[in-house]
Amino acid sequence: MSNQTTFKQKIKKYRKHPGSFLMLLLVMMGAILTFLVLIFLVVYILVNGIPSIGPALFSLHYTSENVSLMPALINTVIMTGLSLLIAVPLGIFASIFLVEYAKQGNRLMGVIRLTTETLSGIPSIVYGLFGMLFFVNTLGWGFSLLAGAFTLSIMILPLILRQTEESLKAVPDSFREGSFGLGAGKLRTVFHIVLPSAVPGILAGVILAVGRIVGETAALMYTAGTVAKVPSNIMGSGRTLALHMYTLASEGLYMDQAYATAVILLVLVVGINTLSGGIAKRLMKA
Amino acid sequence: MKSKAWTEKFMEGVFLIAACASVLAVALICVFLFANGVPAMKEIGFVQFITGEMWKPNHRIFGILPMIVGSIYVTAGAIIIGVPIGILTSVFMAFYCPKQIYKPLKMATELLAGIPSVVYGFFGLVVLVPIMRNLGNILHDVFPEIFKSAGNGNSMLTASLLLGIMILPTIIGTTEAALRAVPMQYYEGSLALGATRERSIFCVLIPAAKSGVIAGIVLGIGRAIGETMAVIMVAGNQARMPAGILKGVRTMTANIVIEMGYATDLHREALIATGVVLFVFILIINFSVALLNRRSECE
Repeated sequence: MSNQTTFKQKIKKYRKHPGSFLMLLLVMMGAILTFLVLIFLVVYILVNGIPSIGPALFSLHYTSENVSLMPALINTVIMTGLSLLIAVPLGIFASIFLVEYAKQGNRLMGVIRLTTETLSGIPSIVYGLFGMLFFVNTLGWGFSLLAGAFTLSIMILPLILRQTEESLKAVPDSFREGSFGLGAGKLRTVFHIVLPSAVPGILAGVILAVGRIVGETAALMYTAGTVAKVPSNIMGSGRTLALHMYTLASEGLYMDQAYATAVILLVLVVGINTLSGGIAKRLMKA
Repeated sequence: MKSKAWTEKFMEGVFLIAACASVLAVALICVFLFANGVPAMKEIGFVQFITGEMWKPNHRIFGILPMIVGSIYVTAGAIIIGVPIGILTSVFMAFYCPKQIYKPLKMATELLAGIPSVVYGFFGLVVLVPIMRNLGNILHDVFPEIFKSAGNGNSMLTASLLLGIMILPTIIGTTEAALRAVPMQYYEGSLALGATRERSIFCVLIPAAKSGVIAGIVLGIGRAIGETMAVIMVAGNQARMPAGILKGVRTMTANIVIEMGYATDLHREALIATGVVLFVFILIINFSVALLNRRSECE
C-alpha cells in the first residue's frame, strides 16, 4: 500500500467519514486487546512461577513435602515416546499410500480424508472416554501408560498424516521420474528418494504432535491414571506433567508448585512449537 | 525378480492397512461409545435423559438438559466474546500490521494456540475468577434487580471469557487466511470508487470472505464445546439449570470428567451417554465445517 497521503490529509479524510474512523479504532483496540491478553498471561505465569522453581521440585520421588514434578516429567517423556512410536509409522505409511499409491478419485481416499477430518475435530475428553472403554476395560490393560499412549496416538494421527501428506506432495515429480528412469522400483523410490526429501516437513508435524501430547490432560485422566510416580513398566499407571499440574491446581494446596509447573509446561510447549515452526520455515526456504 | 515384485505388493498392502487405521479408529470410537451409552439412554428413557432438568445420580435421576444448556450457553458466550475480537485482530493482521512487527505477532497468535488448556484453566482460576468475583460484587451493588446474587467468580461469564480467549487463535487464523484469499482487485476497485479503507474492508472484503470466516467460527464452536479442563477450573460445575451469567454452570465435558472417577453401573453408563451426546454435537459441527469448506472451494 502506497502511503503518499500525509498525516493531515488522513485526518481530514477520517473527519469526513467518522464511521470509518470508528472501525479503525475498533480494529486497533481488538488487536491490542488480543496481544495484551497474551502478554499478560505469559508474563503473569512466569513472574509468579519462576521464583517457586527450586531443586526440590526436581527430586526423583514425589512426596507431599517436595511436590516434585520429576516423576510426571519422566512419565511425559515416556508417554511421548510411546505415542510417537505408534502414530508416526502409521501416519507416514498412511500418507505414503494416499500420495504415492492411491489413484486420484479413489473412493477409499474420500473415506480416509473424511475420517481424518473427523478425528482431528473430536475433543480430547471423547478420546479419553473411548480409551477408557476400549484399552482400559475391553482389552483389560487397566490404567496404564500404554493405554494412554494408544489413546494419544489416535489423537495425533490426523496431525502427522496431514503434515506428511503435505510434505510428500511438495516433493517434485521430477525426483520420482528420475528415480524410475534409473530403474528403481516404486518402493525404492519412495523410501530412498521421496521420503528423505520430505523429512523436514514430517519432522515439523511430529514436533507439533509432541506439543499436543505434552499439553494433553482430559484424554489421559481415565486412561493413564493419576498416580504420582514413575511406574515400573508401561502397564503401570502414571500421570504426565499436564495432569500433574491439573491435580495441583484443583487440590489448591500447592499453589506455588502449581505456578512453577505451569512455567515448565509453558516453556516446554512454547519451545516445542517454536522448534516446529523453525523447521517448517527452513523447509520453505529450501 | 519375482521376490522383488512380491515385496512391492506386500508393502503396498502395509501402506493400505496403515491408511485404513484412521477409518478403523473412527469406527471403533463410534461403536464403543454408542454400545456403552445407548443402553443407558434406553434404560433412563431417551426423552427423559435429554430433556430432564434434574441430575441426581444418588436418586438414579439422570437428566442432562442442564449440561446441554450449560455447554450451549458457555459456547455462545465464548463466540460473542471471541469472534468480534478475533475478526478485528485478523483485519489488523491482514491489512494494518506494519511489516516489521507482523512476524512476532503471527508467532504470538500461534503461541496462543499452543498453550495447553490446563495452563489456560490455571490462568482463569488465579486471575479471571477473582476479577469476576469483584465484577460480580459491583454488578450486584449497582443493579440489584438484575443480578440477584454476586456469585463467587466461578461462573458462566468467567468460563465464556476464558473460552473466548482460547478460540481467538482459531478465529484469527482462519479469518486472516480467508481475507488474504480475496482477490486484491476487490479492494482496489472499492478504493477507486471512493470508499475509505475501512469501508472497503468491512463492506467488500469481509462479505467476500464470508464462507471462510463462518468456517472459522464453526471451528471455534467445536473447540469451545469440546473444551474440558479449562472450563472445569473456572465454571463452578453445579449440576443444575443455569440461572444467570454470574452463576455457576456445568458443561457436558465437565460432567464426564468430574463424576467418572467414582461412578458405577447406570451412573457410569449415563456419563458415557453424556459423551455420546457430546460426540453427536461434534459430528454435526464437523460435518458443517466440511460442508462450508467444500462450498468455499467451489466458489
